[in-house]
Amino acid sequence: MLIKKGAEANLYLEEWHNRKVIMKRRLPKKYRIQKLDKEIRSQRTVHEPHVIHKAKEAGVPTPTIFMVDVAESNIIMEFVGGKQVKQVLNDLPPEERLRLSRHVGGLIGRLHKHGIIHGDLTTSNMILTSYGKVVFVDFGLSERSTELETRGVDIHLMKRAFQSTHYKYARECFEAVMEGYAEVVGEEEAKNVLEKIREIERRGRYVSER
Amino acid sequence: MPTPNSAASYCLGIESTADDFGVAILSFDGKVLSNANSAYVPEKGGIHPREAARHHAEVAEKVLTEAFEKAGIKPQDVSLVAFSQGPGLGPCLRTGATAARALASYLGVPLVGANHCVAHIEIGKLVTAATDPVTLYVSGGNTIVSAFEAGRYRVFGETLDIAVGNCLDVFAREAGLRQRRGAPFGAMVEELARKGKTFVSLPYTVKGMDLSFSGLLTATVQLLHEKNHRLEDICFSLQEVAFSMLTEVTERALAHTEKPEVLLTGGVAANKRLQSMLNVIAEEHNARFCVVPKEYALDNGAMIAWTGILAYKSNITVPIEKSFVKLKWRLDEVYAPWVEG
Repeated sequence: MLIKKGAEANLYLEEWHNRKVIMKRRLPKKYRIQKLDKEIRSQRTVHEPHVIHKAKEAGVPTPTIFMVDVAESNIIMEFVGGKQVKQVLNDLPPEERLRLSRHVGGLIGRLHKHGIIHGDLTTSNMILTSYGKVVFVDFGLSERSTELETRGVDIHLMKRAFQSTHYKYARECFEAVMEGYAEVVGEEEAKNVLEKIREIERRGRYVSER
Repeated sequence: MPTPNSAASYCLGIESTADDFGVAILSFDGKVLSNANSAYVPEKGGIHPREAARHHAEVAEKVLTEAFEKAGIKPQDVSLVAFSQGPGLGPCLRTGATAARALASYLGVPLVGANHCVAHIEIGKLVTAATDPVTLYVSGGNTIVSAFEAGRYRVFGETLDIAVGNCLDVFAREAGLRQRRGAPFGAMVEELARKGKTFVSLPYTVKGMDLSFSGLLTATVQLLHEKNHRLEDICFSLQEVAFSMLTEVTERALAHTEKPEVLLTGGVAANKRLQSMLNVIAEEHNARFCVVPKEYALDNGAMIAWTGILAYKSNITVPIEKSFVKLKWRLDEVYAPWVEG
């Protein structure tokens, strides 16, 4: 069953060996010549599970990868049950909301500390499971980098997500994220990232929210 | 502010951001009366800003005269002067700006500073009748995917380093091709690529919505020096990789915004292979594909004049004493109240 149609890949919810799984398929693009198309899809099909694995090593919960089919550009992974942080954040009691935001910030800190840039940090890409665990999903735009610029862009995206989807609590939530982030990467690094975000905002590219 | 009879009011636009010096006269209802141009073609190497500016100063009088003669109007008939205020090469921009200021103050008419990138989009919309497109603007200096949202043309993706046209030009020079008037490097690479058969892998760099062409250029030049592949195959591979990158980012913007059109403009827009790729994604997303014809896709005075008219109708002008050129003026810094949305 198709659950999400993306520009680059489609997500299906399937039954696989008596298990509910997510199948991520990268479909051929007609505009590309076949050889290049195959190269790109294969490379991304290998890259994404690799980064998902690295994230686990960094201590960030991510879906378990069951199978990678490079020839078909297919990834079969655990279906993470729960709710998107996006769906729950606004309705949580204030204390809980801040605690969750701090926790998310800590997880982002761990990714960055291990040179992983998620590339699409929005609250819809974070699943809160019934056990209270937060699982990061969709590493399709991720990259390996330790540069301040990429970390800044990554967290800036998170800030924008708060401002568009959780505008009432955007400020306090983002501050809590940065607290959790600082606990992992250190006050100094967190300050550098915040300064970088200000610079990114000043570039005028993000003059007003989309 | 605008005169009641808009067909009888004329705007003169001066374009001078890089190697082209263009002067055009448009009526306020969007008719192009003349669109004169003189391009600076370097003996060898790329554009030298001072040399280009010297060329502009030398040809300014000739191109201005030509624009008036073709339009069949007198300088006194002009009621607005527009110039490209940026982004671009400093010396070139200043030469055009100086001419525009002199004209405006001599004629006693208002002056408008147009953003070069906005102008490319606006003239594209005018000549293709596109209403609200996702625009891919690809030239020697710019590589931008944009669409209008809430008062501005937003940048959905852009190059992080060099422009795609620059990548093709530098490669062509390294390959020993010689540019001639009327035969730009891009056309030569396209011609060779058509005879290419074997695809050679090259770095494909899309970071989120942004693009990078510098690594692709380095790798392609390396291939060239290895002398293991036919030049035709290298051109073919370079085009395939570069244009697939552009198409991927454009498609993502199209999927996100669900706009009704895809507009292709800039010097690289003339490339048939790029056109065919974008046509595929436009069809898949039920969007109309619009290619801006060469005369208006390359840098030209008409786009500046037309953007000047649009801005002026929204009461935007610039006093001469504040009309400094802006070398790094971003597309999304421009408030565009004349666009519906």
